[in-house]
Amino acid sequence: MEHIELNYPAKRKVSKKAHTGVVGSGDLEVLLEPAPDNIAKVSIRTSVDGFSKAWKAVLDRFFSKYDGAVRIQINDAGATPGNVQLRLAQAVEVSEQ
Amino acid sequence: MSEFTGVRGTVWFRGLTGQASSMPGDPKSVLTADAPLGKDQARFLCVVPDPHARFPCARHGEVGLEEGYTLATRVREVSEQDKNTTKRPIIAIVDVKSQAYGRREETAGIFLACAAAADAYGSARLKGHPVITFVVGHALSGAFLTHGYQANRILALDDDGVMIHAMHKAAAARVTRRSVEELEKLAKTIAPMSYDVRDYAKLGLLYKLLHVSNPEKPTQQEIRKVQGELIAAIEDARSSSVDLRNRLESKGALETRKASILVRSRLEAQWREG
Amino acid sequence: MSDQRLGANFINRQSFIELDARERATALFDAGTSRELVGPFDRVESPWLEMQGVTPQEDDGCVVMKGKIAGKAAVVIALEGAFQGGSLGEVSGEKMTAAIDLACADNEKGIPTSAVILVETGGVRLQEANLGLAATAELMASMLALRKHAPVICLTAGTVGAFGGMALAVGLASYIAMTREARLGMNGPEVIEQENGLDEFDSSDHALIWAIDGGEQRYATGLVDALVDDDTPQVVKVIRRFVSKGVPPVHRSSEVALYRSRIEALDASRQWDPKELRALWTTNQVEEEKR
Repeated sequence: MEHIELNYPAKRKVSKKAHTGVVGSGDLEVLLEPAPDNIAKVSIRTSVDGFSKAWKAVLDRFFSKYDGAVRIQINDAGATPGNVQLRLAQAVEVSEQ
Repeated sequence: MSEFTGVRGTVWFRGLTGQASSMPGDPKSVLTADAPLGKDQARFLCVVPDPHARFPCARHGEVGLEEGYTLATRVREVSEQDKNTTKRPIIAIVDVKSQAYGRREETAGIFLACAAAADAYGSARLKGHPVITFVVGHALSGAFLTHGYQANRILALDDDGVMIHAMHKAAAARVTRRSVEELEKLAKTIAPMSYDVRDYAKLGLLYKLLHVSNPEKPTQQEIRKVQGELIAAIEDARSSSVDLRNRLESKGALETRKASILVRSRLEAQWREG
Repeated sequence: MSDQRLGANFINRQSFIELDARERATALFDAGTSRELVGPFDRVESPWLEMQGVTPQEDDGCVVMKGKIAGKAAVVIALEGAFQGGSLGEVSGEKMTAAIDLACADNEKGIPTSAVILVETGGVRLQEANLGLAATAELMASMLALRKHAPVICLTAGTVGAFGGMALAVGLASYIAMTREARLGMNGPEVIEQENGLDEFDSSDHALIWAIDGGEQRYATGLVDALVDDDTPQVVKVIRRFVSKGVPPVHRSSEVALYRSRIEALDASRQWDPKELRALWTTNQVEEEKR
């Protein structure tokens, strides 16, 4: 079990929280909540160790296009980068409805 | 450690009631007797091995189709008889290997046979019958859900031959893809996974853990002691509510079931909100 | 059934099975009347999984929602089959039991409240073993109390089905509905094969599994009350019908004399073709729930 924390600068206030996904094999759940400050903080908990570089790459890419001030919690059970991107995108969509 | 021998049920049934047989017409795997217990005439029930049972997968102390419906019948009988009078205690003596694992069983709906027995026990409890379970050996999985787990109070012998659990070690290891050694190691620090009845007692589900010198050969004195404990359990059940809330309010639960207590109080608070 | 009608029905179908637990629960309620209780943001997760290298889910794989079904107060509890096989742990088990208890308390206060349980589970979560088993027993006790006041409806749609101790809880329900794709049984085929050999149950024989545990067989032998297409509007219709029906005069698990005599009449000396039981046990015809 690994815990990974990542921080990114944020600009935009987000008003709505969002939850997507299921912690199934090869999947993950994302909890997205508005943050009170200008920082986007991501907490990842994953049962597959040794991929912190890959996680950083995916999240770097996500935050290169997303500037919301959020707290994102991820519970992961071995999702592919593609699946992670999908769940993050779904969460953003819900939070901006 | 704790291989299932299937003898303890009969031993304790005979010790506590002076009898050890099934009722006429019932399969030999279900012992039923009415016997005095304190001021009450209590009904005792036990599932035991019957090597000549009709169903091949239910010959070694398993709870199968016949056992489920027979238990249901004999428990409901007490309920019916006591409809307008004092609710007699119902005592489940438990040493069951498992539920019956068979194609016939699944085809004929063993899930319902077992539900029927649990229904009978639970419904009797809701009507005010003190239902007391005494685990003298194994109490596994679906068999325990069927015969014993609906009781107001559960007592168990404090002994290596007593095992209360959801699945035998070998099978549990296989399903969770670990070795038996890994499972045993985990079980040492994770109380709900332990196969030791003393760890089970920490969960707060047991009313009492009782010690006897030899569970397969109890002395007369030990039997009288157990009777006394059963009587105390009956009184305790009679003086509290008919539901199972005592299991979550016990000292053990406050220690080991904090998450259960939290989720229940959170749910209650939010239920009323909207 | 004509091919033409089957084709049209199939194309217009909205698969219920493809929905996750939260979506399934939401779908059952009258529009706009539902809200989730103790959802993921409450973060009441299993205290036992992380220490074993298993990633917890914030709702512990159990969704509880409250609202109205066919205008009547109802609670829906949905197990997430994709999380740990829908298995019952300490938190998910207690969520179910507490929800049933709260519904029961409302009934006692004069607010008729039904319960619907969407069951997708292999049984007890072995990583929490005795707490999962105890939770099953406590759930069963609470169902017995609630069903005196209001119906407790169980639906298993698949793909996990209803196995293990939870199958006993399903057996206590006021009404049981299944899809054809779903299975209901106490012991899964693999467990039977492991305990009693390949001859007893070849767990690779899918046809055999559904012939014994499948929705159509359970319905045709009178062991469940409805067989429903994997189509969300159809599922909703069936659930609404059962909520409106109220408490049945007798619960199936209380019909002991009937079922005991059926078992006594069986020739236990041989295996049976499951279809033999259809003729013996019921006058139900296998029909789709179209109403």
